[in-house]
Amino acid sequence: MNDTLAGVLDAASSVVLLAGALLTFAAGVGVVRFPDLLARTHVGAKPQVLGLMLVLLGLELRLRTLSALWVMVLVVLFQLLTSPVTAHMVSRAGFRTGKVDHDRLVVDELTRDMERADGDVEGPRVDRGRPGDATT
Amino acid sequence: MILPVVVAAATLLAATAVLALVRVEKGPSMLDRTVALDILTSALVGAVALEAAWSRRIDTLPMILALALVGFVGSVTIARFASVEPEGEGRLLTREELAALEAARAQEADDDLHRHDDEHHGGTATGEVTGDDGTGRRGEREAGRHDDGEATR
Repeated sequence: MNDTLAGVLDAASSVVLLAGALLTFAAGVGVVRFPDLLARTHVGAKPQVLGLMLVLLGLELRLRTLSALWVMVLVVLFQLLTSPVTAHMVSRAGFRTGKVDHDRLVVDELTRDMERADGDVEGPRVDRGRPGDATT
Repeated sequence: MILPVVVAAATLLAATAVLALVRVEKGPSMLDRTVALDILTSALVGAVALEAAWSRRIDTLPMILALALVGFVGSVTIARFASVEPEGEGRLLTREELAALEAARAQEADDDLHRHDDEHHGGTATGEVTGDDGTGRRGEREAGRHDDGEATR
């Protein structure tokens, strides 16, 4: 019975490892094929992290020890905390330094906000009290 | 564990690393390279994990942890401090451009040296035989200044 269980877990581990490697590969293809910085940032943040999580899950299914599990939980936690920060900072830096093609964007809230901020600096303070500004 | 699975996964991860390197080479800006290096780090983590799964060892797990953290620090640092780059900076120079750049730099250093000489900050002593590089210019300058310049030394 124990041997059967080990065999099943090993098989599951193989499947999950393969899936994780596939997702990482998808991230690699995306970073080469995608046309602009924001799309590449996306591919660096989402499939990459899921691929990493799957690979680590496969590793844990294979190792089946608790001490390894905690380290992996820590790694996944760090990845989940840091990769959105990285993606956000890279996108914002790219936006600020003019590396984003504005025609490709569907929603562009930052430009609107930046224009309004510029207007605030240049125009008189009274502009803030306009009804149109208060609703947005 | 089935060998073909490991081989297939390792091939995929290696392909990912190569693709990420392609983007690092091409990437029009520093930020594209940052993203690509992130993916390269991820592929590296995957490879280490795969090896650990193949040979059932846990002593390489700290490596995975360290890699995950270092990738983050690098990306954020570049995004924060190195994202502003002059136009045309984000590509490899050709050999001629590099030579021109080096020549300009050497010229600048040379000019710098002479400027300091002009102000008598640690210049060579009067009458000392200088190297053949600066001799001509130095001689002319000395000749032109004979009437008033010598008093300051």
